[in-house]
Amino acid sequence: MTGLRAFLKEAGVPRLIIAAFVIVLFGVAVATKMNLPSLVTDSIVRVARNGILVLALLPAIQGGVGLNFGLPLGILCGLIGCVLTLNWGVGGAAGLALASGIGAALAIPVGAGYGWLLNRTRGQEMMVGTYLGFAAVSGMSIFWLLAPFHNPTLVWAIAGKGLRTTLSLTGSFDKVLDRWMAFEVAGVTIPTGALLVFFGLCALVAWFFKTQMGITIAAARSNPRFARAAGISDQRTRIQATVFSTLLGAIGIVVYSQSFGFVQLYTAPLLMAFPAIACILIGGATVTRATVTHVVVGTFLFQSILTVALPVTSQVIQGDISETARLIIQNGMILYALTRVGSGK
Amino acid sequence: MSFARGRRLIGRYSVPLLFVVLCVFGIVVAEITPAFLLGEMLIRIGRNSLLVLSLLIPILAGLGLNFGIVIGAMAGQIAAIFAVHWGFSGIGGFGVAMLLATPIAILFGWATGTLFNKAKGREMVSGLIAGFFANGLYQLLFLFAIGTLIPFHNPEMVLPQGFGLRNTVDLSPIQYAVDDLVKWQVPMEGTMLRVPIASYVLVGAFCALTLFFFRTRLGQQFRAMGQDPHVAAIAGIPVERNRLLATILSTLLAAWGQLLFLQNIGTVNTYNSHEQVGMFAIAALLVSGATVTKATVGQALLGTILFHTLFVVSPLAGKALAGDAQIGEFFRVFVAYAVISVALVLHAWQSAKREREAV
Repeated sequence: MTGLRAFLKEAGVPRLIIAAFVIVLFGVAVATKMNLPSLVTDSIVRVARNGILVLALLPAIQGGVGLNFGLPLGILCGLIGCVLTLNWGVGGAAGLALASGIGAALAIPVGAGYGWLLNRTRGQEMMVGTYLGFAAVSGMSIFWLLAPFHNPTLVWAIAGKGLRTTLSLTGSFDKVLDRWMAFEVAGVTIPTGALLVFFGLCALVAWFFKTQMGITIAAARSNPRFARAAGISDQRTRIQATVFSTLLGAIGIVVYSQSFGFVQLYTAPLLMAFPAIACILIGGATVTRATVTHVVVGTFLFQSILTVALPVTSQVIQGDISETARLIIQNGMILYALTRVGSGK
Repeated sequence: MSFARGRRLIGRYSVPLLFVVLCVFGIVVAEITPAFLLGEMLIRIGRNSLLVLSLLIPILAGLGLNFGIVIGAMAGQIAAIFAVHWGFSGIGGFGVAMLLATPIAILFGWATGTLFNKAKGREMVSGLIAGFFANGLYQLLFLFAIGTLIPFHNPEMVLPQGFGLRNTVDLSPIQYAVDDLVKWQVPMEGTMLRVPIASYVLVGAFCALTLFFFRTRLGQQFRAMGQDPHVAAIAGIPVERNRLLATILSTLLAAWGQLLFLQNIGTVNTYNSHEQVGMFAIAALLVSGATVTKATVGQALLGTILFHTLFVVSPLAGKALAGDAQIGEFFRVFVAYAVISVALVLHAWQSAKREREAV
């Protein structure tokens, strides 16, 4: 009995409910003889697509900044990288690398500025991050509209200026990673390249938190006073964590776009932080602690629900209930995490 | 001496001053006529002020900006839809909607307040997420439960499939129920300006009520909590209960505010009319120079005027300047978000500084 209780406490009731939900959805899919391999393929593709954006939250949590609702700041850096790459007509793996490189390079100063601000607004990081992200996304919308791009494949055909809301990556780096070494097992297509990059970055992050810099960042989070006594400034480590998070966000959106096949501009990045945050929380992370396992498990659970819910429920209910379910699960999960921190800052 | 004082005054009113400059600039650039602007503003102030007023009580009680007023707006919307569905119309229909909204809003406010008590110090972000969460439940109700679990036969409102509400629901039976209760039109530059006099009376009444509330015993308790919750608790003020009450009052006012808004618009975008209520009301309040911890009735009214002037002016100015109204629309959304960000940053900055100095 105590064993069961301990297990429930360790795994977390919401996570178990969500895991059960995933199993039930797949069960219904099997029972109604749906095309299971294609559902699994879609789930895996979406894990690889969204994974890095979820991973981007980890350094912020580990660094004591909390849930990084300001993820769109990093995403915007990555989008600038994508747009420039498309404008210059660099395609294939080189295009992908260039877009990520530009995104990462921009993310470092942006992340440093953002981290500096978060240091001065302690205790309200989540709210400041959310609205800073919102403001940046809407500010950049004006930029996309006014930016001096003239490449006819990118701008509105009639006006001759202003970037389009979605830019196709066909002929550029569309699915470069998803296709790389992709193979099929039992009807399930594995997007090897994208998965390798995701797991590779996971390993890199896990390794980073074992290096001296990573340990310092985590130590400053878990006990700032003790760290200060040991000569570590948590002001500094928090900025490092924020930069790392923003940088991963920039790379994350480039990988997301190559898998999706389109670069989405304007208001598209506005709410992107929320599903990513729900993923890492479903995986078992809290506002103060997260591991790479939480990232992988959470992304898999949440993205599977999103993939499978629509085709499965549409057999039972008319209309698209998956978007509604997403809103409830995603925000319910974040609320649950917010109420659980209590005084344990 | 007077120079320093002047600088202090400018510093204190820098945000509203900046907005006045922006508005005037836009008006000049877009060559907006006074009659047009006044006509628009008369309508917008009438329909938006109550929503902005609903933010004041939680600020007084130290809960910060209540991003959860979206949930109150949902209560108002649910009431409006059902009141019209049951065939009520005119001012009677509006009254029924208000009565119906009351218990729903109290329930929602109680739920939100309970949440805020569990997430102390994170009320704002919790309120924001709670709004998104409630939106999911709201969609569940109106997209799937209506016409299936809840009997609801009304081909005008329900989607052709037999369940789920249409994207827009016509509220014409209660349109202008309050605005036109007392008809008054003023001729100006060849056009007739509608003055929704009854709406202004209603808004005025709520301003007076809010001011009166600040002076009551409960209002004073809220003020004490806002200044220092620990001291207030030691002084025997039931802090948790009062926080709950503040949230319920705010949610209730927001529900009525949304009703006043909807009776002017006359249609409801079932799935997104309420979404931006919180953002626009909060931005409007902050534009006046109000902060996360201090806001007055006067600031609520001033902020509504300034923010909505910019709202009317910016697409037109964008069109005049860059030949594209879209820029102006992005700009006003950017301004709303930016104003909220700056206010939050200043608030967090100052409270972090106070904490550092206290240590």
